[in-house]
Amino acid sequence: MTKVVHHEQIADKIYELTFEGEMVTDMVEPGQFLHIRVGDQYMPLLRRPISICDVDLDRKQCTILYRAEGEGTLLLSQKRKGVRLDVLGPLGNGFPLDTIAEGETAILIGGGIGVPPLYYLSKKLVERNVRVVHVLGFASKKDAFYVDAFEQLGTTAVTTIDGTLGYQGFVTDYMKQEAPAYDVLYSCGPTPMLKAIEEQLNPDRAYFSLEERMGCGIGACFACVCSVKDDPTGHRYRKICSDGPVFPQGVIQL
Amino acid sequence: MSRFDIQLPGLNMKNPIMPASGCFGFGREFSKLYDLSGLGAIAIKATTDEPRFGNPTPRVAETPGGMLNAIGLQNPGLEKVVAEELPFLADYDVPILANIAGTTTEDYVAVARTVSKAPNVTALELNISCPNVKEGGISFGTDPNVAAELTRAVKEVSDVPVYVKLSPNVTDITEIAQAIEAAGADGLAMINTLLGMRIDLKSEKPVIANRTGGLSGPAIKPVAIRMIYEVSQRVSIPIIGMGGITSADDVLEYFLAGASAVAVGTANFVNPFVCPEIITELEEKLTEKRIDHISDLIGRSWKSCYSPSS
Repeated sequence: MTKVVHHEQIADKIYELTFEGEMVTDMVEPGQFLHIRVGDQYMPLLRRPISICDVDLDRKQCTILYRAEGEGTLLLSQKRKGVRLDVLGPLGNGFPLDTIAEGETAILIGGGIGVPPLYYLSKKLVERNVRVVHVLGFASKKDAFYVDAFEQLGTTAVTTIDGTLGYQGFVTDYMKQEAPAYDVLYSCGPTPMLKAIEEQLNPDRAYFSLEERMGCGIGACFACVCSVKDDPTGHRYRKICSDGPVFPQGVIQL
Repeated sequence: MSRFDIQLPGLNMKNPIMPASGCFGFGREFSKLYDLSGLGAIAIKATTDEPRFGNPTPRVAETPGGMLNAIGLQNPGLEKVVAEELPFLADYDVPILANIAGTTTEDYVAVARTVSKAPNVTALELNISCPNVKEGGISFGTDPNVAAELTRAVKEVSDVPVYVKLSPNVTDITEIAQAIEAAGADGLAMINTLLGMRIDLKSEKPVIANRTGGLSGPAIKPVAIRMIYEVSQRVSIPIIGMGGITSADDVLEYFLAGASAVAVGTANFVNPFVCPEIITELEEKLTEKRIDHISDLIGRSWKSCYSPSS
């Protein structure tokens, strides 16, 4: 049984929700997600996949950030402190931590509501003495969140499309101009952003976290499949929920 | 003594609950959550002769009390299903209802011949009602003569009893059900999804890439109940009922309409533990209502000799 212990709006339409429960002790892998039932009735019917943003294993608390925009997330935003939350997870495969060595540099590039899972990732990397650099892209200043929190962990650059905060442009514009050095790249955000990063930077060692509309969230319904790169048969696929949501560079046709 | 064990052609079930085809994959994912041997049966995902990738995404959209899907029969193909998926399920003490689909009669026959020989496949479910593929599927399920021909062809090669899964997207479902019974089917499964569509207000285009999708979930339950009520009065073969089941009360309603077993579909996505939960709840309900055996309820909503049990 999980219980909401904190819930507040932290940016335009962006909410921070912390819940507490025994299941949190399983949340040791950054990049995994939770499948959350937002209502008690059958409307909306399906759960909502939301990534894990932060975990406090000692207090058995997990924090998620989400944008309340659709019917489901708007319902979720009405959950009050103290109520029960129906959470399934942690699900999927997260970012691998052992593929980067101590002393190497990781660059974490997030776009919009793709930023949250990078926070837990960054904390885990810092624990392993990896140097972290963050590039966080938002549409505008009003949409930005967790900038201070990321700055506590490492160098953080913010980009906004309208230039109201940080660098003006997309994260890829920033990367082109500033060309920060790194050993491994981790990214989460809209698929066009991931595709642009892959094409422009062509990183050797990179991990991308994808999103898609999901049904079951556990790999049974085949709603969230994506095509494998360079597959002549056209039949090969990965399920984002259970094979991903994090994939190494070059596996998925973005 | 069990109040709800069910014996149907090829399906010797501990209880009347099975996950519906397409909502349970080949059981692997759910096997990590609970013991599959506790289920009445398992209807596995539709298998075709060759592997299929299915439709482009998005493949699902929510609707009031339900969802649309257009997966497009994605599956690893006959060879892999027989070599990898069915042997995995053989570890469980549960009958398998193998859903089969195809583009041509020859496809169905080829898949039926091979799959029905798998040691743990105890019955076939002929999918002539998938609304999401261009060829095959529903084109076999809307004409009584075509459906009967296909049933006959599959019956001829199958080593196990054959259930035919009916489409609700027809003018008169009883006509097609009777034609299928006359062609030798051992049972019916009904209903498949209702063809539907949602349009996105921002893009002004259908939400689902395939444009149309099959509607499932609680929203379609009254349609299924009505169709089973009608069909069960016209055929003597058993009906596996499905469409929007989420609770033991829903199961009782399906039996009263005329079903002899039920399949739970969409609810597995909302609550992956729904099947074992319904089984437990159903047993309690039967005891509480003093129903000696759930089969006593079959078709009671229309049987003229209805008398309440003492």
